[in-house]
Formats: sequence, structure tokens, C-alpha cells
Amino acid sequence: MSLRRFALAALASALIAGPVAAAQTLLNVSYDPTRELYTEFNAAFNKHWQGQGNEAVTIQQSHGGSGKQARAVIDGLRADVVTLALAGDIDELYKLGKLIPENWQERLPDASTPYTSTIVFLVRKGNPKGIKDWDDLVKPGVEVITPNPKTSGGARWNFLAAWAYAQQKYGSEAEAKAFTEKLYKNVPVLDTGARGSTITFVNNGIGDVLLAWENEAFLALKEEGGDNFEIVAPSLSILAEPPVSVVDQNVDKKGTRKVAEAYLNYLYSEEGQRIAAKHFYRPRNQAVAAEFAQQFPQLKLVTIDADFGGWKSAQPKFFNDGGIFDQIYQAH
Amino acid sequence: MSRRTSPVIPGFGLTLGYTLVYLSLLVLIPLGAMFVHAAQLTWDQFWAIVSSPRVLAALKLSFGTALLAAVINGVIGTLLAWVLVRYTFPGRKIIEAMIDLPFALPTAVAGIALTALYAPGGLVGQFATALGFKIAYTPLGITLALTFVTLPFVVRTIQPVLADIPREVEEAAACLGAKPLQVARHVLLPALLPAWLTGFALAFARGVGEYGSVIFIAGNMPMKTEILPLLIMVQLDQYNYAGATAIGVLMLVVSFILLLLINLLQRRISRS
Repeated sequence: MSLRRFALAALASALIAGPVAAAQTLLNVSYDPTRELYTEFNAAFNKHWQGQGNEAVTIQQSHGGSGKQARAVIDGLRADVVTLALAGDIDELYKLGKLIPENWQERLPDASTPYTSTIVFLVRKGNPKGIKDWDDLVKPGVEVITPNPKTSGGARWNFLAAWAYAQQKYGSEAEAKAFTEKLYKNVPVLDTGARGSTITFVNNGIGDVLLAWENEAFLALKEEGGDNFEIVAPSLSILAEPPVSVVDQNVDKKGTRKVAEAYLNYLYSEEGQRIAAKHFYRPRNQAVAAEFAQQFPQLKLVTIDADFGGWKSAQPKFFNDGGIFDQIYQAH
Repeated sequence: MSRRTSPVIPGFGLTLGYTLVYLSLLVLIPLGAMFVHAAQLTWDQFWAIVSSPRVLAALKLSFGTALLAAVINGVIGTLLAWVLVRYTFPGRKIIEAMIDLPFALPTAVAGIALTALYAPGGLVGQFATALGFKIAYTPLGITLALTFVTLPFVVRTIQPVLADIPREVEEAAACLGAKPLQVARHVLLPALLPAWLTGFALAFARGVGEYGSVIFIAGNMPMKTEILPLLIMVQLDQYNYAGATAIGVLMLVVSFILLLLINLLQRRISRS
């Protein structure tokens, strides 16, 4: 074959294969601790997708801090789907980028949150400081490790969980504020992200208790065999709801809407739910949840929507400049 | 015959054009965009952000620790350069290569390693704990991290200048009756000072903007150990691009003024 004919053939095949190949690539932009979950889920989805008579799809994963990932998508990262740590971050795709409709959370069951988690305590083996509940975290001499809610989406759930406990137990907002202020006085280090806090607590041996997502805490236990740490479930915590959405503008441009929607829907299937539970996320599906009931401690859970009026009101009230978190530190 | 002395690379128009385009794309336009972004704010809003107590505390911390780190490197780095240029000893090549490690290492890796070492329970940190003070999670830890990442600047700018001063100059001065300190003060120092200032300025400027290595060892406590780049990240995490660029502009202006002052100083020294 002459060089010219080869070039023509290559061009022709690129033209024919181009759109098809594009339809078969999916980019899932997610946050840090879902790496292992989606590696397994992607393989399962691909099998299911091909089983329905479709071409195999290449699924790429991108992980990082939830807020950073949302900004990357707003700034032009061509994500087909986003699976982030909080609804507030996905809201910005509508507010700043107009990439999705305002009612994105109504498009999938359970407010577009296929799996949930909660905030628990990771303490050192034998629980030397006898930490049982939130009240133990404000005692003098107890060091609490949590990331900075200003830079970490996950840390915002931590803060709100402590707040919800104090408000339910002591009644008023003023007392909740005093309680969280006391708690954060016991925080010696504010890392910028959840993984940084885990390193501080686990590897550098700082602190008596780590506020962690339940799935992260279980993962830490699993990885080092549970020799040095144990999980303590407080009496009350918050239902952490990491939602998912198709990025409409991108899938319509790339022609991947069908596969992107199927991908997210499959998270709600029994298999998807079982994979989530295997990676220590609490499944939404009742049957699967019952299967894994042994794995998850029972505790009272408040929700962001019912108790804080959703992220739209919680974010500015607590975490934006001049919000309650800033006031706690401005006081001294 | 042309009166112009012709340079090696011909075509002033072409090379200058290339230089300008290149600098515009890489430096001027991105920095200009920052000012444009910040211009979304009214003057009052801008002022409210850059004069808030947290930003001022971070400003003091960032520039203070960077200055301290640059001073430390100015002394230790000069010493290292001196040893490497003036003496030959076994293992010199290895030390020579080690100097550049902070350049090659991802700064976050350096930060994690330094934190593990200097944390209260760490290999070195435990001795500090025993003596009753903390290194990691204090301004001291930040200075340490900055000293680490900016070390090569001073060494690498002084080294070639020092190598260019022949040993004979020192010997000649000594023959004329100069004591060692006089040789250092009147012979070596004037020749080294411009390069030393360059290295100092580079180390200082790099330290002010450093993020990766500091963020792990700083502890990031508001009003105490928050560096300016962290506050920029905080603004971005609130999707407040204008606020982030406002702090960026503040850093840029302060850095620019300081570099300008150092440059003026350098010119005065090399003239006198």
C-alpha cells in the first residue's frame, strides 16, 4: 500500500470510527475516596452494558477534592457524569456553568444519591481516652483530627454532625455554636482534605480521634487489619449524601447521554448497590441494606435537607466568609 | 562595513517579537487575567478582602517565614557553596547532587516527609517535644519547609560566581597583609553580593508562593498558621474567583515591590 493510500485509509477509518469511539468513552469525575468503588463498579457496568447488546464503553475516572473537581468541570473538563461529595458542589455546575438544569437532583431516585454514608469516630485501639459520643470530644486534653471545612467538602459533614448533636441535646443555636467552638479548640491541625487528615492521624500518630466518613474509617481498618484502630459510632450523626448527575451540556455535545444515564441508573440496581455496600457505603435499596445490616452500626441520623434546609442555606450560613465557622475562629 | 556589531542570533525584530509573544502567552496574559478577574470587585470589596484580619495574619506569616527561610539559606547556602567550590573531598559529587533534590522532588512529597519527621511523635519531633516545643504545625515548621524547598537557589547562584574568583586573588590580598576577615569583607563579599542577593530574592519569592510542601506541616490554624496561598484555595472552594484573585493580586503587588527593592539594592551595590 502506498503511503498516500495508507493515509487516505487511515483518514477514512478515523472519520468512520471517530463518532463511534467518542460515544464509547465516559468520564466520571468523582471525589477522593470513591476510587476503589468505581473501579469495581465500572467493570460491572461494562459487563451489564455489553450484555444488553451495546458496544463496550471505556470509562475514565478522575478523583480529587470535591470542590476542586467541580471547578474543573465548570472550567471545561469534559465530564459526562459527576459523582461528588455534596450537592452544593454539583449545584455550582448549574449556578456558575449552566451545565445542568436547576432541578438536577429530581432526576434520579433519593435526590440523586444512590448511596450514603455517615460520620463516625476512628479512635486508637482500646480507646484509651474512652471516647463514646460527641460530648467526649470537647473534654480538655482530647485531640480531635478533622480537615478544614473551608477546603474540604467531607469536613463540612463533620462540622454539621457535631452541630446537629449539640443542637438536639442542648436546644439552642447559641449552645450549638459554643459546643462546636469548644470542639474545634481541641483540633490541633486542620488539613485541607480528608486524606490529609487520615495521614495525620494514622501515619503521624497525632490526635486521639479522627472524624471520618464511615466508608473511609472502614477502609482504614481494612487496610491495616484493624490492629491499631477501632470505630466508635456516636449516638447521633448526619446522613452524608454524595449525589450524582449527568452533565447535560457535555453528554449532548459528545452524544453520550444514553450510556451516561444508563451508567448512573445502574448505581441503583441490585448489583450497583451491592458494590457500594462492599465498599462500605450504605445502600439505598432496602433489600441490599438488609443483607449488609450487620456491617453498619445503627445510629440516629439527621439529614441536610430536613435539619439544615439543604446546602443552599447551610453553605452560606456555616462555611462562607464570615459564616459560623469563621466566627468560631475570629472569637479568639 | 556596517557599524553595527552583529549578534550571533540575527534579526532583532524577529527575536524580540518572539520574546514578546512568548512572554505574553506565559506571563503577561495570565497575570493580566488575574487583574481583570479582581476588577469584578469594587474597590471597597477588594479592600475588605485584603484587609481582613485573617488575610493580614496570613500575609505576615507568609512573607515573614519566607524572609526567614531566605535569610537562613543566605547563610547556610553560602557556606555550602563555599565548601563545594573551594574544597575537594570524597563524596562531593553526591552532596552536589543532593543540593538539587528539593528542586526535583514534588513539593507535596517533601511536605509529607518533613511532617512525618518533625511531628510531635516523629523521629526528630519527639526530641523537640521532650524539650517542650513543637516544630510541625507551628511557624517554625513552615520556615523549615520553606528552607528546604528554597535551598538550591542561593547555592546555585553563588557557586559559579565563587568559582570565578580565583584563589590567587585571596592569596594576593593575604600577601599584601590582609587578615582573613579583611579578605572576606573587602575581596570576596563585594564580588559575591550581587549573586547572593539574586539567590536571596529567588528563594524569598519562591517561599512566599510555596503551597505543596507547607500545607501538610503548617496545621492551617486560622490566624496562626494559615499561609496566603491557602486562603486563595479557601476562596476558590467557595467558588469565589474574584475573592481568590484579590488575594492573588495582593501577593503579586507585595512581591513585586519587594523584588523591585532588592533589584535597586543590587544595582547600587554593583555600581559602587
